[in-house]
Amino acid sequence: MKRSFRRVLPQLLTLAALMALVTLFFPQFLSIDYAGGRLSGPVIDVLKRGAPVALLAVGMTLVIATRGIDLSVGTIMAISGAVAAWALSSGWGAGPAVILAVGAGLVCGLWNGCLVAIVGIQPIVATLILMTSGRGIAQLITEGRILTFDAGPFAWLGSGILLGLPVPVFIWVLTAVGVAALMRRTALGLLVESIGINRSASALAGVNATVLLIAVYMASGLCAALAGIIATADIRGADANNAGLWLELDAILAVVIGGTSLLGGRFSVAASVLGAMIIQTIDTGILLAGFPSEYNLVIKAGLVLMILLIQSPNLVGHWHFLRHSLRRDPDASPRGAKS
Amino acid sequence: MLLSIRNLSKSFPGTLALDDVDFELRAGEVHALLGENGAGKSTLIKCLTGAYRRDSGEIRLEGNPISPASTSEAQELGIGTVYQEVNLLPNLTVAQNLTFGREPRRFGLVDGRAQRKMAQEMLSGYNLDIDVGRDLGAYSVAIQQIVAIARAVALSGKVLILDEPTASLDAAEVRMLFDVVRDLRDQGLGIVFVSHFLDQVFEICDRLTVLRNGRKITTEVVADLDRLTLIEHMLGRELEEATEHEAAQKDPHSRSRPELLRFEGIGRDGVVEPFDMTVHKGEVIGLAGLLGSGRTESAELMFGVRASQGGRTRDADGPVAHGNPREAIQSGFGFAPEDRKTDGIVADLSVRENIILALQAHRGWTRPIPRSEQNRLADEYIAKLDIRTSDAEKAIGDLSGGNQQKVVLARWLAMNPRFLILDEPTRGIDVGAHAEILRLIHEMTGQGMAVLVISSEFDELIAVADRVIVLRDRRHTGELSGSDVTSDAIVREIARDDADPRTQRGAA
Repeated sequence: MKRSFRRVLPQLLTLAALMALVTLFFPQFLSIDYAGGRLSGPVIDVLKRGAPVALLAVGMTLVIATRGIDLSVGTIMAISGAVAAWALSSGWGAGPAVILAVGAGLVCGLWNGCLVAIVGIQPIVATLILMTSGRGIAQLITEGRILTFDAGPFAWLGSGILLGLPVPVFIWVLTAVGVAALMRRTALGLLVESIGINRSASALAGVNATVLLIAVYMASGLCAALAGIIATADIRGADANNAGLWLELDAILAVVIGGTSLLGGRFSVAASVLGAMIIQTIDTGILLAGFPSEYNLVIKAGLVLMILLIQSPNLVGHWHFLRHSLRRDPDASPRGAKS
Repeated sequence: MLLSIRNLSKSFPGTLALDDVDFELRAGEVHALLGENGAGKSTLIKCLTGAYRRDSGEIRLEGNPISPASTSEAQELGIGTVYQEVNLLPNLTVAQNLTFGREPRRFGLVDGRAQRKMAQEMLSGYNLDIDVGRDLGAYSVAIQQIVAIARAVALSGKVLILDEPTASLDAAEVRMLFDVVRDLRDQGLGIVFVSHFLDQVFEICDRLTVLRNGRKITTEVVADLDRLTLIEHMLGRELEEATEHEAAQKDPHSRSRPELLRFEGIGRDGVVEPFDMTVHKGEVIGLAGLLGSGRTESAELMFGVRASQGGRTRDADGPVAHGNPREAIQSGFGFAPEDRKTDGIVADLSVRENIILALQAHRGWTRPIPRSEQNRLADEYIAKLDIRTSDAEKAIGDLSGGNQQKVVLARWLAMNPRFLILDEPTRGIDVGAHAEILRLIHEMTGQGMAVLVISSEFDELIAVADRVIVLRDRRHTGELSGSDVTSDAIVREIARDDADPRTQRGAA
């Protein structure tokens, strides 16, 4: 327990520092109101709006731990949203709509997983295929329109309230806790890390790398489907063109801020969802602080760069190297002249 | 003298890769450069082609001292190299590859027609009837090799270095390549031929130079040399030396022990010819042979890393499956591969996790080994194998080579396999750990486990194996057991030059 707390400490500190920074510009950031059976306030808003990226980050963490990457998650959100909206508008109930949407996400994951694990295509290329073609598939399902549906049990998944908190918060927290427990209470976490670090050695030790890889991409597809359901339920409509657009990049960023190496291996689901919350805090914070909207992306990029630099274990090394080479520079030139 | 090297030395941190090496190449000869792994062949070639800077010594080309600083400079001086892995661009056309870097231009643009014509001229005399406008990748490796040679000859034209050119060619392609090499020799080129196929050396080379442990051992005229002497030069063992290693613990009756496994007709085209092998309980079988003789490939076929074409394997209870590593592990096999870094250790995981990895994979992900049990296993094997690590949670990548090897061994011992394959178990580890691993092998077989040891150190095989199977040119050619296991006998068996059984087999 102590170990896992130390693992997420940098992310927790970063999040705390960011919240302090935002509070500086917007003093009401930390205030939470309770009215009409629901909590509200900027922090609650961050928790709710961060749900899609947090969900995507959970699946992305597993994929990246195997030394892969899944660019298609944003598109899978659009597909599963379109499937759900189609099911609802065709008169199906909320239950079947959710099952179909989740099924669509799993099928997408299976496709990615087979391309990577069986056909042997590089993950970035394999998932790029679905990333681009999937929007077309989603448009075919919605027939090019924005499919809308009426409020009902399905919409509750996006905008409902449970125990005073928005339902999406429960969905992402439970998913993250569930996946983390599945990884650490069984041997899956170890096996996933081992194929990410050295697939060949793991396979020789009897690890079924092919099945594990497919499973990991399916998990990513499942998480993306949940994110798609939330996004669709929230706006009560499926927008094949814009649902989840560019969110795969935020999810990758969340994993990276969470300290999981893109080279695979050791991972932490908790750190990744904290990474997602860090990104959402930046997004919300910039809006609340009242900067003109055209500054948003630039400020976001600057903050992200700063966070990554501070967290980088190489920073200390770079600093030493810089000082060292600066000091050595004057007497290095005569030696160079001699040779 | 076309090329002469005098007193060349090159060291890397911790090793002296080349120690005072002399080498001479005449115009119009094919000169083989031979030696086992780590002998210094590739270092010598890299010093010649400018990939490495030598520490001392001199290189003269046609009498003029040279010191190429890069491969392109060496090329301009006249030294061209063709590697086993063709270093051309398969997605460009043959003509583009041949003229790369000096394309004929017209109005500043590449003149395609002149380019193709130039390429055809370069290829004339090579007896190749190919369309230079097609992608290089569309042709076989042999043709790509010849294209690479044509390019190297056209660019350099004095010295041609062929580094393992035949490693991935079949017999007909080798013949085609050798015709080209003979032609070039007759045109007056000096050709350095690196290969570990001794038959080919005897077929095409005029002289040969043997390197061992970074030193030049000898230069001989091939026609005056027999295989046995050559192999002695390469392996560096006086035949008399063997007797003192005769190990007392050897069991001449290992074959009368109960049979454990029987492999029949295991093999794969272009990898290893089908072989039979019977494994008995508690015995140590050694696999001996030169580099490239099919030792590792045999092990990979038995462990299912490569699939066997046909053949079957049985034990007392019936068929045994080993079509892939997981099946082999299910059947009670274990395999510690040759390349520890890429195939053995999972570097970022801890010693504990590396030890339990195979056992955990075998139990399946739903049944994690409890942490207390993991710790117990790790501590047990750290103590038993004397693994030097500060604690079980240290990343295995931070351990020394010998200790990494012990962890990989521990991984398999924790599985308690009945048949354990160890490919070069002592490569690159220090003397103390070396003796310890040999002792461990004896301990394991004492409990009935059968062990197959692959090693290029014959002393090691003699010390540890009850019988030794000898491989040559991807065939299992002989077997020695009991008191016959001496390095003398192994060397003789490797050198034995019977009529090519491949042709015999074809005739039968």
